[in-house]
Amino acid sequence: MTADLTVKANGGSAEPDTAPHAIEVEHIVKKYGDFTAVDNVSFYVKEGEIFGLLGPNGAGKSTLIRMMTTLIPITSGVARIAGHDVAKDPNGARRLIGVIPQALTSDLDLTVEENLQIYAKLYDVPAKERQRSIDELLQLVDLTKWRDAQTKTLSGGMRRRLEIARGLVHHPKIFFLDEPTTGLDPVSRVAVWEMLGNIKAQRQLTILITTHYMDEADRLCDRIAIVDHGKLVALDAPMALKASVPGSNVIEVQFGDPPDDWEQRLHTLDDVTAIQHEGAGMYRVLTGNGSRTTTELVEMAVQASVPVKSLSVQNTTLDDVFVHYTGRQLRDELQKAYAYVMPQTPMRP
Amino acid sequence: MNRMMAIVEREMRKFFRSPALMMASMIMPLAQLIILGNAFGGKIHDARVAIVDEDGGPQALRVREAFDSVRANMRTFLPINYDNEKQAVQDVRNGKLQGALIIPPQFSRRVYEENHPRIAVVVDNSDNFMSSAIEDELTNMVNDLNQPTVEPRILQQTALDIVEMYPYIEYMKYLLPGSLVLAMFVSVMIGGGMLYIDDKARGVHEGYLVTPITKLELVLGLNSAGAIKAVMTGVIITIIGSLLAGVGTIFHPFTFVGLLIMIVLTAIAFNTMMFLLMVRIEDPLVPRAIFGILNTLLFFPSGSVYPVQAFPKWLRAIARVDPFTYAVDGFKCLLLKETALSAVWGDILYLTIFAAITLSIAIPLFKRTL
Repeated sequence: MTADLTVKANGGSAEPDTAPHAIEVEHIVKKYGDFTAVDNVSFYVKEGEIFGLLGPNGAGKSTLIRMMTTLIPITSGVARIAGHDVAKDPNGARRLIGVIPQALTSDLDLTVEENLQIYAKLYDVPAKERQRSIDELLQLVDLTKWRDAQTKTLSGGMRRRLEIARGLVHHPKIFFLDEPTTGLDPVSRVAVWEMLGNIKAQRQLTILITTHYMDEADRLCDRIAIVDHGKLVALDAPMALKASVPGSNVIEVQFGDPPDDWEQRLHTLDDVTAIQHEGAGMYRVLTGNGSRTTTELVEMAVQASVPVKSLSVQNTTLDDVFVHYTGRQLRDELQKAYAYVMPQTPMRP
Repeated sequence: MNRMMAIVEREMRKFFRSPALMMASMIMPLAQLIILGNAFGGKIHDARVAIVDEDGGPQALRVREAFDSVRANMRTFLPINYDNEKQAVQDVRNGKLQGALIIPPQFSRRVYEENHPRIAVVVDNSDNFMSSAIEDELTNMVNDLNQPTVEPRILQQTALDIVEMYPYIEYMKYLLPGSLVLAMFVSVMIGGGMLYIDDKARGVHEGYLVTPITKLELVLGLNSAGAIKAVMTGVIITIIGSLLAGVGTIFHPFTFVGLLIMIVLTAIAFNTMMFLLMVRIEDPLVPRAIFGILNTLLFFPSGSVYPVQAFPKWLRAIARVDPFTYAVDGFKCLLLKETALSAVWGDILYLTIFAAITLSIAIPLFKRTL
């Protein structure tokens, strides 16, 4: 399945591919000793696109973004940023990209404006343009009135906005964001999404974003690559990905004390394409016709005297796409990540 | 009780999983025991003392023979023959010699005439331990000459004049150069060591690495920042320390310029050394853990609190490569001995070469990637 999907991933969406490529990744591999963190991944990102790398923690998203942004060496394969090979011409690539790492790394002791000034100087922004660019960015991320505040006094959401401004201080063409909303409250997350939408519209940026939030990827991205265990398992527009999953609706239903063969009996309903048993009488039923299957399902439950505790019908989500391509639920992977223990010493090639 | 033991268990688990902390907590007291045990209280050996024989007569020869016998037995002195009294005194002032024994013209004749023969020892009393040792040893030597076991035909009744180079130097003044160097080291340890690793761990360097800054710019930037902080510490401690200890030399413009040069070079040398030590470290605990060990290994062997000439050979070898030794010597010359800058060129040269070598090793070790 992976081989077929990789071919599809290389091809991207079904739309005619006319836009030039801002990012090209060809057969990229990253190994730490015997462990392969990224395994032969290829894709491209078109200019002006918001491209999402979606996967659980440890899937290899951050490793991929770190290779593309010159932070870690590539074991094999090629990554090109606007035509600059990141291994051969890293500085050429660095001048064109803005990077927001996963951790909040702005200096806590400096003020908002001082942080931006330092980065403007690191990017060699001419002195006369510096102040104008900073003023503009502060307005864009809504931090103008906090410009003289020390970064340590800002909330998590404000600090993330500062990081976004920091990554844009030199007017990059391509913007990399590594899990920009992780750890933020729902209100701050929505604020960051809106801000990214505005920024993209104003600056004609190409954006590559990694996330493990399905809703974030669904809302923001033009195309999404699903990464699992270091491999790219699917790549397409969110709608196309959802359409690729058999069934257009998901019925989430909880029964009270269903019989042992209940899952098999649910499979016999019309239009049902897949069933996931989640325990405690909870089932996710993927179907091509939500309303008809719901009616039949309720009738079957009444006839079998199995009480229906709760029921909801939804459209197919990216979560279903993830399950379809990986065989596991993303939220299970996220829960596993809490129990994941980092090795004491990181493995190096 | 269980709750208390949970705290203990957590602390123990953390401790046993931090090899750097475990090693440091055991090595530091051992290093202190070995270094401090050998650095203090030893007898002075091989003090460079000039012998200027302006008499050349048979009685002067007896003094020189007695001097040589001290060299052969106690090894307190390393005698160096000088023809010129002025040059010998100058070299004592410059720190090349620890003292100079002057046998004046007509000494033998005065012995024969029993006309109050005198010899003089000029000592560098900026180091009280060293000058006391030389004075004691030479006083004993002259007493032995005046009261030999077998009485000769003509008995020397020589007097030893002790000439101290400087007015009395209190211990506080003596400690000032060492304290100044230690303050600069602490500044480098915090500013160039701990903060550097903390920033690395917090991901601040990750932010730098995605910008077009070159490896050389990054290394020089980090080192310059650490050195500037140490220079500021050096200038402040020099001024406040001098005022507290009553050292007036900082008000001489040439000395102040010399001090500034020494402060800048010491700051650079210390910072490049620290950068080399930290260049591949990732764990923020490491600089904290090795702070005490480095302090013991570098500060005490430098001769800032006890003369190097009292150390065993292995400790002298550490002192010979330790940048503290040269920094302390340079500051001693300028602050306490009022020497010209030419007297500390050797220290300046060593610190410059040390900085160049440590930096040239650190640059290839520095990783431009994560």
